[in-house]
Amino acid sequence: MNKLIANEMMKLVARKRLLVIGAIVGILVILFTFAQYKEVQTQREKLGTDDWRDSLQQQIIDMQNRLGSSRISDDWREQIQVSVQQLQFYLDQDINPSEPGAVTFVRMFIENSTDLFIPLLIMIVASDLVSSEHTLGSVKLLLTRPVKRWRILLSKYMTLLLATSLIVTMTGLLSYVISGIVFGYHGWNAPIITGFVVDGGNVDTSSIRLISQWKFLLMDFGLVWFVAVVVGTLAFMLSVLIRSTAASMGVMLASLVSGAILNNMVSSWESAKYFFMVNLKLTNYLNGVAPPITGMTLLSSMSVLLIWWAAALVLSFFVFTRQDVY
Amino acid sequence: MSATTLSVRNLTKTIKKHKIINGISFELKAGEVFGFLGPNGAGKTTTIRMIVGLIKPTSGTIEICGYDVKKNFTKAMANLGCIVENPELYPYLSGTDNLLHFARMLPAVDNKRIAEVVDMVKLTERIDDKVKTYSLGMRQRLGIAQALLNRPKVLILDEPTNGLDPAGIREMRVFIRELAENEGLSVLVSSHLLSEIQLLCDRVAIITKGNIITVDTVESLLSSQEQAIWHLEPYLKGREILEGLTEVTTLEDGYMATPYDFTQIPMWNAALVHAGVQVLQLNRKLPVLEDLFLQLTDTGGAHIE
Repeated sequence: MNKLIANEMMKLVARKRLLVIGAIVGILVILFTFAQYKEVQTQREKLGTDDWRDSLQQQIIDMQNRLGSSRISDDWREQIQVSVQQLQFYLDQDINPSEPGAVTFVRMFIENSTDLFIPLLIMIVASDLVSSEHTLGSVKLLLTRPVKRWRILLSKYMTLLLATSLIVTMTGLLSYVISGIVFGYHGWNAPIITGFVVDGGNVDTSSIRLISQWKFLLMDFGLVWFVAVVVGTLAFMLSVLIRSTAASMGVMLASLVSGAILNNMVSSWESAKYFFMVNLKLTNYLNGVAPPITGMTLLSSMSVLLIWWAAALVLSFFVFTRQDVY
Repeated sequence: MSATTLSVRNLTKTIKKHKIINGISFELKAGEVFGFLGPNGAGKTTTIRMIVGLIKPTSGTIEICGYDVKKNFTKAMANLGCIVENPELYPYLSGTDNLLHFARMLPAVDNKRIAEVVDMVKLTERIDDKVKTYSLGMRQRLGIAQALLNRPKVLILDEPTNGLDPAGIREMRVFIRELAENEGLSVLVSSHLLSEIQLLCDRVAIITKGNIITVDTVESLLSSQEQAIWHLEPYLKGREILEGLTEVTTLEDGYMATPYDFTQIPMWNAALVHAGVQVLQLNRKLPVLEDLFLQLTDTGGAHIE
């Protein structure tokens, strides 16, 4: 099995897929670092101070002003109310929610890329792991060697898991190294508050805990990796079923984008929570952001994703070991 | 009698109630080159794909060196090397990496064996170049090198000379014969090119519309269709006499053909001479496989080159 995985890795490396992904991440991180840097600068100019307390206070006032407006939807109002209460809590505890530094940047970056950016990167690898063999015709050689089909597919899936871990790690490392040049490599021990329970427009702070940022980051990465594996597995299944890289990428892309759109409009359609694509933003549960549909919890989202994952895996193996290859 | 290396029994394949392959049976012996001849769409490739395990047969059994392809896939495949259609190797890898890739899928193939097969197909000079820079002939050779890695007992080549130039075709033919004679491999070659099969194969199966029409050695197939060619003077009188004795086909330029039957020919000749017809020429003609093929199949040879 190790030899088969070595084969798959050799092909992956020869096609320079991981390099391309690294380059994409690098460029994006540079862009965001610059944007973040600019924002800090303008904030400083506007408020005339470096103190985060002042800027946080300003943020709260801004939000409250917005709440006063009558043209705001109920959903949106709830979200803002939740944010205000959380920020106020941070201010009361005298804790900076966005302690400047590379570690905070990494946390922000990874949290914002969990539902679209990282899945897209994984897709680049997952979508053609199987279908490229069909397009190339090399599947005929691969399947006529004395190795059972399920072992070949398993080696490809293991490669996907490896690549997923590599991509998530690479994203973390790159964003840390690059943003650190500007923001400094500190912030590992900054305190972060987690455990907000959002209920309607109210925030329950009774079960709140204070943890170090590095612990929080570790949890973030765990969740992001989990989401990446689920999305990768779904793309992998499509790659087995459709046998065309372009088509499977298209289907996957459409569902990811639709997820991003649905997130903003499904609050009243309750059964939509069984779609995998509205459950991708797991890190929001740690931050206490209100879920798109009430009643969704970290556990329910992870269970939904787990079921999709298992179904995709079973279907992939079932089809691949049985299908006729022409 | 040498050992049976590949046996196919009552193989059928039905796709959407349509019978693609209709009960095919044949056997390959060690050291022989077996031809699979038929027009496009006759079922050659489907049959080959069933033998190599890419397509599951609807019914029937395939055994490679005694191992059933369905029940004992890995053991059967360990004795088989194949190229199905074009040798589609990875263009973005070098020749060596391609061979290494497939060697990793086989038990006990070391670097020495890789060097050996590269040498056999005479690719040593270019083996470290990327496959996308190879010519078609070189890819074909690399494909064969790949198929030979595991020292197979049965080698299956689907249209091995497709797209090769005449020199390449000749080279391939010599190479395949060498493999069969020196290494004792059974080689199954499919083709729609009759001349190729005729030159290359010991035995041939003619297949059309999912059925094998006949399996025989190339010589006996041809000799059953031997003809005698006559050139007579005067022509009309000669033909009249011959027609009274046997079946006559009129050819161009005043020639005519009758079946070749060496017990009858002297008598026909005597009859002609007796009637005062001059026999200017009497030839025995072996038909090419092409004529045979057209007689055996009723497709009219629409797809035969």
